Amino acid sequence: MGMTMTQKILAAHAGLESVTAGQLIEAKLDLVLGNDVTTPVAIKEFEKIGVDKVFDKTKVAIVPDHFTPNKDILSAEHCKQVREFALKYEVENYFEVGEMGIEHCLIPEKGLAVPGDAIIGADSHTCTYGALGAFSTGVGSTDMACAMAIGGTWFKVPPALKFELVGKPAKWVSGKDIILHIIGMIGVDGALYKSMEYCGDGLQYLSMDDRFCIANMAIEAGAKNGIFPVDEKTREYVKAHATRTGVEYTADADAEYEATYTIDLSSLRPTVSFPHLPENTKTIDNVGEVKLDQVVIGSCTNGRIEDMRIAAGILRGKKVAKNLRVLVFPGTQNISLQMIEEGLMTDFIKAGAVVSPATCGPCLGGHMGILAKGERALATTNRNFVGRMGSPESFVYLSSPAVAAASALTGYITDPEKV
Amino acid sequence: MKAKGSVFKYGDNVDTDVIIPARYLNDARPESLAAHCMEDIDAFFPQRVKPGDIMVANKNFGCGSSREHAPIAIKASGISCVIAETFARIFYRNAINIGLPILECPKAAKAISAGDDVEIDFTTGAITNTSTGEKFQAEPFPPFMQELMAAGGLVERTKKKLGA
Repeated sequence: MGMTMTQKILAAHAGLESVTAGQLIEAKLDLVLGNDVTTPVAIKEFEKIGVDKVFDKTKVAIVPDHFTPNKDILSAEHCKQVREFALKYEVENYFEVGEMGIEHCLIPEKGLAVPGDAIIGADSHTCTYGALGAFSTGVGSTDMACAMAIGGTWFKVPPALKFELVGKPAKWVSGKDIILHIIGMIGVDGALYKSMEYCGDGLQYLSMDDRFCIANMAIEAGAKNGIFPVDEKTREYVKAHATRTGVEYTADADAEYEATYTIDLSSLRPTVSFPHLPENTKTIDNVGEVKLDQVVIGSCTNGRIEDMRIAAGILRGKKVAKNLRVLVFPGTQNISLQMIEEGLMTDFIKAGAVVSPATCGPCLGGHMGILAKGERALATTNRNFVGRMGSPESFVYLSSPAVAAASALTGYITDPEKV
Repeated sequence: MKAKGSVFKYGDNVDTDVIIPARYLNDARPESLAAHCMEDIDAFFPQRVKPGDIMVANKNFGCGSSREHAPIAIKASGISCVIAETFARIFYRNAINIGLPILECPKAAKAISAGDDVEIDFTTGAITNTSTGEKFQAEPFPPFMQELMAAGGLVERTKKKLGA
């Protein structure tokens, strides 16, 4: 029987001819990743192992992004611990605040993920790199620690769901709307332990930034990974950012899928997830009147340059609603620089939005944009769980950058077509 | 090995943000995490939980963030086992890696209520609700997981692997 794309990458990294769903394998890794929240716990476990080096100084990446720039004394201690670990073990891909970014925006930008790689990261959104045709998945700190020591980890080979994307999406329908639509359709555990493999002629209309966004939220359907086939867009991106070219894998024609979903992108509408689960989706036509206290544009899901261009384009020359807090969080320093060069920074600031340095801060209720009791935020982030952005009695709605920017102008969740 | 305790019951999709909110992740000490475990959906859990108590939930327990702080918080609270219909995959890995016993048993997860007294025999996977007399059988762990747990978790297994 044939293999899925994910299964082929796993087989290659396990040194096996073939693998089947459910099989337990030991696989070599091309990158092991951690951040300032998960790495301190990993360091404690790593030191218990008793090795005096990491398996490969070029294949460990540590990105302090969650509570940075350091939000308080305790976070500063964590970051210090992480910095000292990176220096001691000569971790080459440690990124200090001035060169950093939100890890899942930064790693592809730095060329550290390429097609065919097998990657784990102690952060659930590590699945983002599936956009590049890599196998990448989130794990915990102990897995990170052991992988830093031995350069490999165990996996249960996942079964797969196939998503065939056909047709061309309308102007205001982005990767975010596609993935929210899918999560609304299959539920937050709809792909539990499985791969989400994308295919179809609709892929030609999806930019790399759309694909990063779709792969990023695979975890929000419970998936182990989300993965895209490699095409000309992928190759161009990799060429522009990486020194390695990677290995292109394609699913076998007779690969087995537990289910196949065909999604006509031309029929999709801008989509919003209501509190408190990403699966509680409604199209923009059915959102009703939702008054907002805050709009957040950014994160590892939607903090890339194209997201910024779309949002700035809607806000350009206009003003955000009175008494609404509009926060913009670009994904990396490089994206911030591009925003300055393209004039987007001016657009945002003139419109009355505030632009912050790259940080995960508000997305997880860490810092820089916490919600008070009873407040409602529309965010281009990935989770709207109870208390995710602050008070357990606050409310988070998820949307695309276009819907977020349109809503920033009106103060209510708004169709970008109507502003 | 056996566990015995009174049950804290939760629903579907208990995410790691409610198990331990991000605002407490700046202090990774187990006892600090335990002090705030579950508080966003069960304010009195940290005060009421007793060593040996059992957590029971429905589907997709531990979804969301990969924070290992979540199983650490539950374990440090004194919970002896989490029973659920299904677990989110990163939580499942993390729980095994840090030695927090978890059991998948949809029937038990559905039938057991808050406050019930429950006994678990980990060697057989037998779950007994001593409040109602109902008995359930959890799926045994696959041999690989049993080996991992018998080795004392992933760190111990890695040490052995490196020593070999």
